Amino acid sequence: MAVDVTQAFTRRRIIRDELIGLFGVVERNLYLTKRYLLWDLAFLLWTVANTLTIVFIARGVGISPVERNSLETKLLVGGVIWAFLGIIFEIVTETVAWERWEGTIEYTFMAPVSRPVHLIGMGVYAVIYGLVRAALVFFAVVLFIGIHLPHANYGAAIALLAIASISFIGVGMMTAVLPLVSPEKGTQLGFVAQGLMLVVSGVYYPVSVLPDWMQWVAKISPATYALRGNREQILHGAGLAWADVWPLLVIGAFSIPIGLSVFKIGERYAKKRGKLKRSG
Amino acid sequence: MSVSAVEVRDLEKVFSRRKGLWHRRKRAALNKVSFTMERGECVAILGQNGSGKSTLVRLLSTLLLADGGEARVFGYDVFKEARTVRRLVNRVSVEASFFKRMSAAENLSYAARFYGMGPSETRREIPRILQRVGFPPNRRNESMENLSRGMQQKVALARALLTSPVLLLLDEPTTGLDPRSKQEVQTFIREIRERHDSTILLCTHDMKEAEELADRVGLLDRGELLFLEPVADVLQRYEVETLEEAFFAATGRTFEDEKTEDDEEREVFA
Repeated sequence: MAVDVTQAFTRRRIIRDELIGLFGVVERNLYLTKRYLLWDLAFLLWTVANTLTIVFIARGVGISPVERNSLETKLLVGGVIWAFLGIIFEIVTETVAWERWEGTIEYTFMAPVSRPVHLIGMGVYAVIYGLVRAALVFFAVVLFIGIHLPHANYGAAIALLAIASISFIGVGMMTAVLPLVSPEKGTQLGFVAQGLMLVVSGVYYPVSVLPDWMQWVAKISPATYALRGNREQILHGAGLAWADVWPLLVIGAFSIPIGLSVFKIGERYAKKRGKLKRSG
Repeated sequence: MSVSAVEVRDLEKVFSRRKGLWHRRKRAALNKVSFTMERGECVAILGQNGSGKSTLVRLLSTLLLADGGEARVFGYDVFKEARTVRRLVNRVSVEASFFKRMSAAENLSYAARFYGMGPSETRREIPRILQRVGFPPNRRNESMENLSRGMQQKVALARALLTSPVLLLLDEPTTGLDPRSKQEVQTFIREIRERHDSTILLCTHDMKEAEELADRVGLLDRGELLFLEPVADVLQRYEVETLEEAFFAATGRTFEDEKTEDDEEREVFA
């Protein structure tokens, strides 16, 4: 008698299984964070130090204390978003890279959970983890430098970052495929994407200082709106501005399906070429 | 209507690697391989390193796309209905392959979630399955990196069985194990055969293991399946007394013969 899985796996059962799969991805990342906690603390320290090197630039500029406080805040927001984006790309890229390194990639990719759920699970964890880390870096630098933020609207800032994360995850999915295509160099190319996105988005400077063509590219970068909105929210206590939210939603609506499609093409290529296997 | 557990027809897989700036060198890892397996059967595929055994397992696991032919698992097309096939198949490979810093229980939970097993189910099932494979219950929260190779392979068996696969693919599951661990794993494979409704494809280069565990034994050599029959029929066909002699009769080489440059390249490709 044939095995009739169509009877056993109804639509309701499939949805339930996919949700459990998504939970499984988040849970696994929690286990790994727990197991590598001291390493994570070391990297957090590095990120704080790195952000401080940027924010201290404001101290060397001959401007009034009020202007200096404003410049420090702008640089801090840039540094924190740089770090946040780095975490998102790193974790989503690890969908392939870490599994390949541990040798579990074949087991994960032959499991019946769908790839969108798998990738979105990685994205969900990346956003949660990234927000916690961004908050720690932000407040560590604020306390260290002594920046005054009397009007900061933290709730709106976190909400805007969460909305921007939809687009970041979509772009992250595109970079996640790179280790599948090139096991040796693919992961590093994710950092290239992160750098390119931020350089056009006004990470430590206004977009208006960029050449015209870069300003045009900045319009389709989600980081542009996250940086602009977050600076207004932290410096002037602005709320969620629709002018920042709608471009992020539109970019997100395109980037997630494009990210999934790019990953699907990459996975097919890897299966054709025999690259979907452990390395080392 | 009865459907074969595995049905493979003219399956082909060619790997290519860049050689120089413009050229790609191609090697056939599988060349028009055909066979069927019935439900509940245990079939062993013998072959040297690079013969195409792992490629066959990876194709049936939906990790590779074929370059020709077809493969069906319980009637479902491995390449067109991959997600359905994935629900039916699990595997144990030569490397235990786990997140080394995570414990056995955490690794098993992660694997089980992808097959729809929730926390309450894994809390109940993981201790049970670990006990069945002879894994000490008090070590289930230890990091995998602290476990011996034999222990890790037991956890790998537990991972495969946790999802109740109807087709179990075993790719050299005892290679590199010490004699005692090897014996324990083989005993467990026998137990699965006796107690469960599992069909087993065992790829190995251990002829004794194949002879003891399988209903039929096949020989995959340089990507071609030379025979797939009960051991007695193989010995009778080549008029020999052992599988080693049958290998020699079928290929003109001994099993331990030095490999040619071609074989070594095929091993890397596959």
